[in-house]
Amino acid sequence: MTAKKHTDPFIWLAVSSSIIIIAFILFPLIEMVAQPTFADLIATAKDKEVISSIWLSLYTSGMAALISFLFGTPFAYLLARKNFWGKNFIESIIDLPIMIPHPVVGIAILSIAGQNHWLGQAMSSIGIRIMGSVTGIIVVLTFVGLPFYVNTVKAGFEAIPSRLENVSRSLGASITGTFFRVTFPLAWRSMVVGMIMCTARAVSEFGAVVIVAYHPMIAPVMIYERFTAYGLKYSQPVAVWLIIVCLFLFLLLRIFSVQKKN
Amino acid sequence: MIRIKNLNVELSGFSLHDIDLTVEKGEFFTLLGPTGAGKTVVLESVIGIIPIEQGRIYINNKEVTNLPPEKRDIGIVYQDHALFPHLTVYKNITYGLRYHKVNGKEPGKNLSFIIDRLSLVPLLERSVKHLSGGEKQRVALARALAVDPSVLLLDEPLSALDPNFREDTREILKRLHVETGITVLMVTHDFTEAHFLAQRTAIINNGRIEQTGSIPEVFYKPSTPFVAEFVGMKNIFSAIFNGNKAKAGNLEIKISSNNNNSKKYIAIRPEDIHVSVDKQSLPEHNSIKGIVSKILNHGFYCDLCLKISDVNFTAIIPTNSLINMNLAPGISVYISFDPANVHAI
Repeated sequence: MTAKKHTDPFIWLAVSSSIIIIAFILFPLIEMVAQPTFADLIATAKDKEVISSIWLSLYTSGMAALISFLFGTPFAYLLARKNFWGKNFIESIIDLPIMIPHPVVGIAILSIAGQNHWLGQAMSSIGIRIMGSVTGIIVVLTFVGLPFYVNTVKAGFEAIPSRLENVSRSLGASITGTFFRVTFPLAWRSMVVGMIMCTARAVSEFGAVVIVAYHPMIAPVMIYERFTAYGLKYSQPVAVWLIIVCLFLFLLLRIFSVQKKN
Repeated sequence: MIRIKNLNVELSGFSLHDIDLTVEKGEFFTLLGPTGAGKTVVLESVIGIIPIEQGRIYINNKEVTNLPPEKRDIGIVYQDHALFPHLTVYKNITYGLRYHKVNGKEPGKNLSFIIDRLSLVPLLERSVKHLSGGEKQRVALARALAVDPSVLLLDEPLSALDPNFREDTREILKRLHVETGITVLMVTHDFTEAHFLAQRTAIINNGRIEQTGSIPEVFYKPSTPFVAEFVGMKNIFSAIFNGNKAKAGNLEIKISSNNNNSKKYIAIRPEDIHVSVDKQSLPEHNSIKGIVSKILNHGFYCDLCLKISDVNFTAIIPTNSLINMNLAPGISVYISFDPANVHAI
């Protein structure tokens, strides 16, 4: 005779909540992916405007990730390794771009990049244009993606015991030598994950970009334009291709995260 | 040689006060203290990782107070080994050699000797992730010694090891110290390690050095009640001294020293107290009758707690003796202890 297993009601609650959440996320996406015909998808993939907008999305997001890597890595290291007055305040500043409504980000950037501001005038004098330019898009995407990079890499640095760095320095390595021989080899994976997070966040940005640079058109702006101009049927295939790209990026993220845990 | 003069460190929630310590050239010195006493903070101040408020640090008579860690010529081995997980055993050991080049060549004169002495030859190409605790500690030691530092700092290097590995590694440390003659400052809270390895020791508590001296001095002549308690003197009583007698509560105890003007306490090691049910079999000095109040069995030995007048004594006796004497709480026994073993503090 086998004993009857008793399952706690909380487990049932947890399982049902999980099913609802998964369905909530997947159902609209699956519907959207399933609705365009295969012929529409192929035709969209051949559309030069679509290709160029997706490429621009990837290029500008990739540049945002690269800038985040260059400037965010030393900053994340400082936050992870040093305690200083006002550190909590600085950390909350980093999170600001996550909380601010996206159009407000666009307006904030335009307000310093315009001709009425000394910074805008200075940039203009050396030929840097923000409004309606690829540079402007990269600036916006860096603004929104940077917190994801800094927070991920900071956690990566924090996971490395500082004693390893102490030992390295006692053996004769400088701070720079220690960073490149000990810290970087142990933290590079979190940097890759941070760059993927930053890119993924940047690819999905619309609200801030549409204020700063409607043209040249990145993929989310093109989806919006096709939706308002031609309706759902013409915007869906572009959205599907963008989702595939995002899915690929997040798949990479998961692979790196799992390897890190192992 | 390590000389720490008037070291003061302020950290959030902890500070070191006026640390003065000298470890002579070639000496094996232990810094003993309970958890949170500030032992590791002293080590990390010496190595230059923690900013110091005040004080000076000298290594081989050269002041290093304002030098970065890489210029101090100090090796350190941590309790958790702190091996570089992305490097092999060999690359861990040789990590520091490139920074100690002489005439453009990496120093290697000690390398084979150290690798051989620490029995690391079969492990050299292995990843450090798959080593046992004892092997990891040997690699950490080899890595620190490979660059031939002036002094070696050990931060509880044996605490995380299994008892078997601990004994082996302790022997290795002793042998290496004898063979290399290196100056060692080791932080520990283990008395056995201090007895086995060190020539001198210091006791630290709440960021202050309580006592410095040779091992017998500190363990048998503690200078403060804290040190007495820390080194295992379980019988510490406040006392009024009168010539070669001390009065603890209502109990008059003979002591060997007459010069106790500034002393306030007496302390007796529990193993220095003889216990018997029969008064005749005990030495006459300080022979007192008491009642067993509690017995704490530790396996091969027991803590025997005794109520004598208004004073509570603790004696340590072998469990066999406990069984032979048929002792139990409430039974009367006699204790005695040599006046020479009563320490005035």
